[in-house]
Amino acid sequence: MAILFRTTKALEAQIDDYLDTISRGVLIFKEGVKNYLENARPRFEDHLNSIDHYESKADDLRISIESNLYSHSLIPEHRGDVMGLLESMDDVIDQSKETLHQFSVEEPLIPEALHKEYLELTDVAIKAADEVVMAARAFFRDVNQVKDHLHKVLFYEKEADQTGDHLKRHIFKMESLDLSQKIHLRYFALNIDHIADKAKDVADRLAIYTIKRTL
Amino acid sequence: MTFLFLSSGLFLGWSLGANDAANVFGTAVGTKMLRFKTAALIAGVFVIIGAVWGGGGTTHTLGKLGAVNALAGSFTVALAAAFTVFWMTRLRLPVSTSQAIVGAIIGWNLFTSSITDYNSLITIVSTWIICPVLAAIFAMLLYTLVRFYLNRSRQHILRIDMRTRIGLILVGAFGAYSLGANNIANVMGVFVPASPFKEMSVLGLFTLSGSQILFLIGGFAIAVGIFTYSHKVMETVGGSLLRLSPMAALVVVLSEALVLFLFSSEALEQWLLNHGLPAIPLVPVSSSQAVVGAVIGIGLLKGGRGIRYRVLSEIAAGWASTPLVAGIITFVALFFVQNVFDQKISERTEYRLSEPVITYLQSQGITDENLGNWTERTFINPLRLQSRLRKTTQLDAAQIHKVIESARITPLYMAAGIFEKDLDKEWFTSAQWQALQMTIAKTYTYEWQLFEDLQAQSADWKFKEDTRLNKSYNKELREKRDYLVMIFRVKPAPDEDEM
Repeated sequence: MAILFRTTKALEAQIDDYLDTISRGVLIFKEGVKNYLENARPRFEDHLNSIDHYESKADDLRISIESNLYSHSLIPEHRGDVMGLLESMDDVIDQSKETLHQFSVEEPLIPEALHKEYLELTDVAIKAADEVVMAARAFFRDVNQVKDHLHKVLFYEKEADQTGDHLKRHIFKMESLDLSQKIHLRYFALNIDHIADKAKDVADRLAIYTIKRTL
Repeated sequence: MTFLFLSSGLFLGWSLGANDAANVFGTAVGTKMLRFKTAALIAGVFVIIGAVWGGGGTTHTLGKLGAVNALAGSFTVALAAAFTVFWMTRLRLPVSTSQAIVGAIIGWNLFTSSITDYNSLITIVSTWIICPVLAAIFAMLLYTLVRFYLNRSRQHILRIDMRTRIGLILVGAFGAYSLGANNIANVMGVFVPASPFKEMSVLGLFTLSGSQILFLIGGFAIAVGIFTYSHKVMETVGGSLLRLSPMAALVVVLSEALVLFLFSSEALEQWLLNHGLPAIPLVPVSSSQAVVGAVIGIGLLKGGRGIRYRVLSEIAAGWASTPLVAGIITFVALFFVQNVFDQKISERTEYRLSEPVITYLQSQGITDENLGNWTERTFINPLRLQSRLRKTTQLDAAQIHKVIESARITPLYMAAGIFEKDLDKEWFTSAQWQALQMTIAKTYTYEWQLFEDLQAQSADWKFKEDTRLNKSYNKELREKRDYLVMIFRVKPAPDEDEM
């Protein structure tokens, strides 16, 4: 029984840690984009390194949580759901990390006039991701609160779509840019928007898991 | 020879373990909250503890099989009951072992023309209905309460999981303990007087009496039954009937335990009455019936769609057929044991309405001019005596019962040697013991003669007025009286017992 107690506490802490890691990862992404636009390269590289660190930490934690859930056969009826949840949340931090790496590798030339809109898009996408982390936290601790966060995720995801759409239109209207550069810029807008899409995927799953949990 | 007879008791223990462990851990294993091996280990250990130390007064009672008065008869009855339960276990159906035993005893009664107490039939049928309904109501209430609490308590999903698991283990361990304590008398009780074991010290830590060693062996038989064969019935209870959540699994075993405790605990009834509180009416309950009722209760609360009615109807059919099948098997088996293996399946009991019996009955307020018709006749079939009495006297059923009981010849010899060696002195009050001392070396023809003697010596041997408050007092006194009869009864000549 003592073993059960210890495992439970350790696992609770691990899950909290995992959610913290995801949340920190997306916040770092936001800072990284800001640094890139401000042309603060050393700080940008710092953030790039830390998002790598958090992404691999999240992977390790997820694998450890999953193996603990199975080896101690905990929460038999929600085990599959929890694993699905953790794996889909992993996509959020993966997408953030990938996008930040693309900034580093491809070094897109972003005209000053577009900076504000890129920052806006990043901001709403990160808000969606952050809100879904809170929803996941509520799923573990207080299932009645999940809904309050989920509707915000959906709201920010839509905002991100609109902001992205606006940004892309702006890009293609700019006559000073080559088509190749326009396509390059659109690609980055699309990838940032994807973070919000991944958050929405998590939210969709959570909505169903929550119904299952409250039955 | 005793060991051969013991084997059917062990088989009965094994079947009991294989079937009844599902009532205790079925839902926990069915919902995968506990591994089967873990559950079997906990159940096995606590069944044995319950059997050896939880039996309490059971060393003095013979269990239900005590009604069967010859060892070969008990062997056959236990074998038939065990086989019936084993069969039901093969069909993955949770059934009541005590109902199988009662059914088998009725089979013995019919074969040996003994009188059957028809109340036991009514008890069985009412258990099928009242017990599941009560358990279902409790499960619905508890489940609603638990869900209400959990929705507000903001506990981590893992913590809920841990608490549910600990709850399942605790309730399961307690259930296994009660399973051992309550059923060991049925499994082994009848063999206690013939126990070949002597008192034994275990590593100098504690001593086991001869009957405790017998109960230990019976407990092991139950534990082996749990390990080897209880998995399938567990799945029926915990998964096939209705898909349960772990929380529901805990609610099921909790409501089962509550129903068993509230509606069958004489200790609780006595406590309530002693404190001037209204007592809960006692009803016949069985854990097999309670656990199925509780599962159905949760299914109904969720709208009834998840219940597999085919499985439910199979279980119900199993309940109805268990006593019936046990009775039929007993009847057939007794025929073979008696005629093929030439074993004595019942003690020959004689009934004689002699002058002293009639005088005694008069003092008890039972008079009828026709009672004196057969003073010189000896009946060996109580049913015939019963029908004679019905035809020729004005007595009602209860009075006829009393007449037959009083006319039964039970030769008793109050041997001084037994007083010194076998009698459990601690169990009697000092007044009772003193009264008993006065009977040393006396002989009696009828049971009531002994009790008349004892009552004349001490009021402690008299029954109190038949009220609910006095019920447990009277019950204990009756147990003591039965114990005396069992101990001092003159055993039939040995040549009759030989094979």
